[in-house]
Amino acid sequence: MGVARYWREIPARYNLIGKKCEICGKVYFPPRTICPKCRRKSIGKMQDYKLSGKGTVESYTIIYTPPPEFEGKAPYAIALIKMEEGCYLTGQIVDCELDEIHIGMKVEACFRRIQEDGKRGAIYYGYKFRKAES
Amino acid sequence: MREVAIIGIGMTEFGELWQKSFRELVAEAGVKAILDAGIEGENIDAMYIGGMSTGRFIGQEHVGSLALEVAGLEDLHIPATRVEAACASGGVAMHQGYIAVASGMYDIVVVGGAEKMTDVVGGEATNILASAADREWESFFGATFPGLYALMARYHMHHHGTTQEQLAMVAVKNHHNGSLNPKAQFRREISIEDVLNSPIVAEPLHLLDCSPITDGAAAAILAPVDIARKYTDKIIKIKASVQACDTLSFHSRSRFDSLPAAVHAAKKAYEMAGVKPSDIDVAEVHDCFTIAEIIAIEDLGFVEKGKGGKATEEGLTALDGQIPVNTSGGLKAKGHPVGATGVAQINEIVMQLRGEADKRQVKGATIGLTHNVGGSGGTAVVHILEAI
Repeated sequence: MGVARYWREIPARYNLIGKKCEICGKVYFPPRTICPKCRRKSIGKMQDYKLSGKGTVESYTIIYTPPPEFEGKAPYAIALIKMEEGCYLTGQIVDCELDEIHIGMKVEACFRRIQEDGKRGAIYYGYKFRKAES
Repeated sequence: MREVAIIGIGMTEFGELWQKSFRELVAEAGVKAILDAGIEGENIDAMYIGGMSTGRFIGQEHVGSLALEVAGLEDLHIPATRVEAACASGGVAMHQGYIAVASGMYDIVVVGGAEKMTDVVGGEATNILASAADREWESFFGATFPGLYALMARYHMHHHGTTQEQLAMVAVKNHHNGSLNPKAQFRREISIEDVLNSPIVAEPLHLLDCSPITDGAAAAILAPVDIARKYTDKIIKIKASVQACDTLSFHSRSRFDSLPAAVHAAKKAYEMAGVKPSDIDVAEVHDCFTIAEIIAIEDLGFVEKGKGGKATEEGLTALDGQIPVNTSGGLKAKGHPVGATGVAQINEIVMQLRGEADKRQVKGATIGLTHNVGGSGGTAVVHILEAI
């Protein structure tokens, strides 16, 4: 992929910067341009908002048949995570045994290598999740 | 709005059809439907063809024009439009055709759907299918398409007690139905053990919980009911045609044990048709994965939320059950050439309502339903058909 496509998502993927609707206060991640609750009232009122990185596993799967970019990485865990700000996202769970993962598990974001564009292309980074300290 | 009927259907065999190109598949299904309807090229006012990713599967876009050319209808300059909504492309093409006829803009419309998936090699087909999910916020992080349905499966199992065996029973049932369908990709029975012993794709989903990579095409001819009588006595009326959409990404939805777009489309379709879920005699639902059929029968109101696994186990959806589901074998056994699927579902229901489904015929079926889903639920299309 072109480098710009990766580069423009860096704030969200590196630092979990989402959006907060100034009107209703709801936090969105991945970032959204328009709040689906407030719609036109929210235009121009969506402010950058950094998530705490803390969340809970709502569902998970272990991928055994990976896409080409993740060849050699399987098995790995993908989870649906509810962030403490109320929004949901999809990410990998790392740094634990796969059978430790369960619904309700408390997790926190960490900064990791996600994939690379072939042997000579760019390396893409972003968030993954690990068991929360406390 | 005018009443719309289906006056002809046609489809190719589904499977790994190495000897047949995209063009040949489109031509075969289209010609069968045109002959079935007894119409001439001059009668056709417009064509809509569903295709999910012809650009990546065969490196060919602009397949509306291609479909017109393979049908030999270019001298008539019929408007032919390709329609895309991932795995719901065929269903949305049907909906577009319905709107065109119901509105009075066109009389006779050919709706098609096709996908040639085996001309790419290795993991490429899976990678192309993953583009039905959110590239930036799901696939980028390693989520696969089966992975998203696996998240749904685990969630459903956790909250509703659905079991791995109940998931497997969907595949077993659909393979049984597929064994009775001469056009199905898999015409053999499988057991629960076969499903549970097949390789894991995305836990808890095994290989035999997943629909296959398939080549195939399907078509249907639409006409206003009053004009339809000129061509055929076997008129199948479209009582409802509803499309509903939702977020592209699974994690942004309001529910994780249901596809809200499908619930919405079903509710509106029942209202439009003036029928209840209990009035449906036979249904084709989007079982891209076994969990998807369990969620579908709940979303369609055949059973309460959370009871889909149990209902499957008790045989409610079997061929001889109260509401036979996926008599064709479904996506699981009949095969899933993504762009063709929505139109192939229509083919099966039309055959059932005409009484032409042979060994898998549901006796006395007069009202049938199709449920076609794009991606992990970003698009849902529900059609209700009735023999008149």
